[in-house]
Amino acid sequence: MKSEVFEPEILAFCCHYCAYSSADLAGSMRIQYPPNVRIIRTPCTGRLETEFFMKAFENGADGVLVAGCLEGGCHFVEGNLTAKRRVNYTKEMLAEIGMEKERLRMINVSAAMARPLADSIIDMVETVRKLGPSPIKNNGSLK
Amino acid sequence: MIVAQRKNIPDLLEIVKKHKKLLVLGCGTCVTVCLAGGTREVSIIASALRMAAKLKDISLEVEELTIERQCDNVFIEQAAEAIERNEAVLSLGCGAGVQAIAERFATKPVYAGLDTAFIGILEERGIWTEKCAACGACVLHQYGGICPIARCGKRMLNGPCGGSKEDRCELDPKRQCAWQLIYERLKNIGQLDRLKDVKPPKDWSSSRDGGYRTIIRDDHRV
Repeated sequence: MKSEVFEPEILAFCCHYCAYSSADLAGSMRIQYPPNVRIIRTPCTGRLETEFFMKAFENGADGVLVAGCLEGGCHFVEGNLTAKRRVNYTKEMLAEIGMEKERLRMINVSAAMARPLADSIIDMVETVRKLGPSPIKNNGSLK
Repeated sequence: MIVAQRKNIPDLLEIVKKHKKLLVLGCGTCVTVCLAGGTREVSIIASALRMAAKLKDISLEVEELTIERQCDNVFIEQAAEAIERNEAVLSLGCGAGVQAIAERFATKPVYAGLDTAFIGILEERGIWTEKCAACGACVLHQYGGICPIARCGKRMLNGPCGGSKEDRCELDPKRQCAWQLIYERLKNIGQLDRLKDVKPPKDWSSSRDGGYRTIIRDDHRV
């Protein structure tokens, strides 16, 4: 049975060197975060292109979270800075389309920041919950 | 290369909204290099159009295709089937590409998805600058290889104008003064004496005069 509270479905692109390890650490530390996120491990957030975010939204994601290393701490020197610019570009494009920019967010964490990562996920889920389901969504779930 | 940039999504949707099936057609040459109309941009713009249409309750099916070169018949042929099965084409080629497609498909609406801007080069990652105005009568040999028509804010053939400060243009301090560059370049190649030649007004008949320009090479015709 579907719960009456809207449960957003959020894709989280997590960098292997920080956020993904941090999510792993959160598990080891028994820190809980909402099950609304679907984590996709990426070698570096610098690998992410605008089209990745666009396809995620086109396929019905309610929100997209990009989690990269702290600025200055990228394993590949500046991949996270590249990601930041691409996220900003995509946000402008979402606004052109008529979608809320807040559905896409980038955060920066280190591999040791399990608690801040969980807090960021909670905050993202609440933000998207307030925005409501993606207007693009077809069947109420990710394809 | 030819440098272009995309039109914004609301404008594009306005252009194509009367059609139900649209082909977004990319070009694998100049506009791919300037990140405006290659495979990746086709994918992004197609996604954006599908979403924007959905939000406005417009029924729009979008197909994606990129060919190697939109200004060449051999490659256009590869897009023929896709063009035929769609109601209209949104070309992400330069202005020449759009027109080449339109000329070959007489009954098919073909729209420009990009604003073609200039002939230029990639200055550094993400920055393109104009270098050539395609005036049809190159004068670069007189100016040390730096074009005063494309790069001087006032297009002066006998410069500098007196308004430049340090090496900056008075029209925009972010821009370099082309004449400062010309001076330094001529000095470096030992041709400063070229500055003593006062150039007469340029003959613009090879440029925007008398309609479109054509080059005919009999030695290459069949």
